[in-house]
Amino acid sequence: MNYRAIQAIYLFEMARTWRTLLQSIVSPVVSTSLYFVVFGAAIGSRITEVEGVSYGTFIVPGLVMLSVLTQSIANASFGIYFPKFAGTIYEILSAPISYLEIVIGYVGAAATKSIILGLIILATAGLFVPLHINHPIWMLTFLVLTAVTFSLFGFIIGIWADGFEKLQMIPMLVVTPLTFLGGSFYSVNMLPQGWRTITLFNPVVYLISGFRWSFFEIADVSVAVSLGMTIGFLVICMAIVAWIFRTGYRLKN
Amino acid sequence: MSSIISVSNLSKSYGSGFKALKGIDLDIKRGEIFGLLGPNGAGKTTLISIICGIVNPSQGSVSIGGHDIIRDYRAARSMIGLVPQELHTDAFESVWATVSFSRGLFGKPKNPAHIEKVLKDLSLWDKKDSKIITLSGGMKRRVMIAKALSHEPQILFLDEPTAGVDVELRKGMWEVVRTLQASGVTIILTTHYIEEAEEMADRIGVINKGEIILIEDKATLMQKLGKKHLTLQLQNKLDAIPETLAVYNLELSADGRAVTYDYDTKGDRTGITSLLSDLRNAGVRISDLDTKQSSLEDIFVSLVRVP
Ligand SMILES: Nc1ncnc2c1ncn2[C@@H]1O[C@H](COP(=O)(O)OP(=O)(O)OP(=O)(O)O)[C@@H](O)[C@H]1O
Ligand SMILES: [Mg+2]
Repeated sequence: MNYRAIQAIYLFEMARTWRTLLQSIVSPVVSTSLYFVVFGAAIGSRITEVEGVSYGTFIVPGLVMLSVLTQSIANASFGIYFPKFAGTIYEILSAPISYLEIVIGYVGAAATKSIILGLIILATAGLFVPLHINHPIWMLTFLVLTAVTFSLFGFIIGIWADGFEKLQMIPMLVVTPLTFLGGSFYSVNMLPQGWRTITLFNPVVYLISGFRWSFFEIADVSVAVSLGMTIGFLVICMAIVAWIFRTGYRLKN
Repeated sequence: MSSIISVSNLSKSYGSGFKALKGIDLDIKRGEIFGLLGPNGAGKTTLISIICGIVNPSQGSVSIGGHDIIRDYRAARSMIGLVPQELHTDAFESVWATVSFSRGLFGKPKNPAHIEKVLKDLSLWDKKDSKIITLSGGMKRRVMIAKALSHEPQILFLDEPTAGVDVELRKGMWEVVRTLQASGVTIILTTHYIEEAEEMADRIGVINKGEIILIEDKATLMQKLGKKHLTLQLQNKLDAIPETLAVYNLELSADGRAVTYDYDTKGDRTGITSLLSDLRNAGVRISDLDTKQSSLEDIFVSLVRVP
């Protein structure tokens, strides 16, 4: 293992994060606060409780996941897209490093950033509503798994994209709808039967459900299924990344 | 004997089906400065990119110091420093940070003294804390050279290193290159400027349309450069060179109104005096004459000209 190279990439990417620290923290915190105002206060006054948890508290895990998902994708896709766009990727490709090391560096940094953000949002939420985390270890596990998985997913998008529009397209057209329809703001059990079945094809449902379970022990699907689906998605992303590097797709041809 | 880079039967077809390299065979000797010359689109950058691992080859193999670039990529790549043709740099990092980053990427432990030396050699020391975006083009190119030297490579690729660098700094750059060679580094540089290859390289290779069409020691090439051509304009049209002049290997122009004689300025005798008297004896009258020295440029142009 070329640990120094991993460290170099990781620190380089984190330096980028620190440079833009303010905007990368302020904007998610502001938007989360807005969600609280809109969903928590406005809707929360009509839906008082979901499965025994006050509505304001109920939406916290979903909100955290929403940010972690979008931030992971944004960080990782930009992190690898930019060197490709600026041409500096030549150095990464000509260095004595393996694909695994490149991925660990980039995805690790992207995931770190979104995990930090997730925790900041959680803390912000704590200012608005009382919070209790039943299974902190599981909470962290789901957080890390999700951050890593979606950073990998973002990495794939960053390699696939050959323009800034494409970089924005997948997050806009696929990920945002899936997260909003994935039970961030409601329990899937509140939906009519038909919709509930359709929703089960949405991978985000499993993430949010598992994450929410670690807070309140209430879940739309069983925790084991959530965990399995998350890991499954992780494995799919890893397989795609491996294929990308093996074939040199959009990198070496 | 000791070739440090060995390219054999290397071909590259880009996605579009375009064949950029066609069965390249090339050996670079340890410690030499190799000048790769060729017109735009000849395949110079493609060749370098494959050797450095940036582009996948379609066929053939390359080994660096005995390490195959695919099977044994770590060992192969860690020997190489690359300065690409295009100015690809980060924008917001400092010079110091970006050069140190390169060293880390190549798995070398931190060595501030070495980085300092590289930056000083390239006259970048006073810019070490500047953001790259604030540098001029020539400075950026030197930053890229510093990045390539940061990890102490045994082989250095310079893909048109002097594009956009002023004369003064160009000299400084060549000095760095010479010092590197003296310390045992093998250097491969591409250029469009023949004088540059002439000045710097020990051996010169010419590539055109994806094929190597000439590899020669510079000394041998320069000997060819010693050749001069004497062109004699004739008063009367000649149908054939007279028998008596056969020893001179004269070349008759298509219109029969001029003959060309090649001679070696470095030889003991040029043969011009006897040629002129023999011409008079044969009854050939001359209206004008001029001489011309063939340059590497001529050789180059005649080599790459479409037949
Ligand atoms: N990524 C690519 N996809 C398709 N064709 C390419 C690609 N890169 C280069 N080519 C083509 O391959 C040929 C060789 O290009 P290359 O860049 O190797 O030339 P070069 O000798 O370095 O030229 P120059 O002196 O202009 O730098 C050119 O015809 C070019 O158009
Ligand atoms: Mg080129």
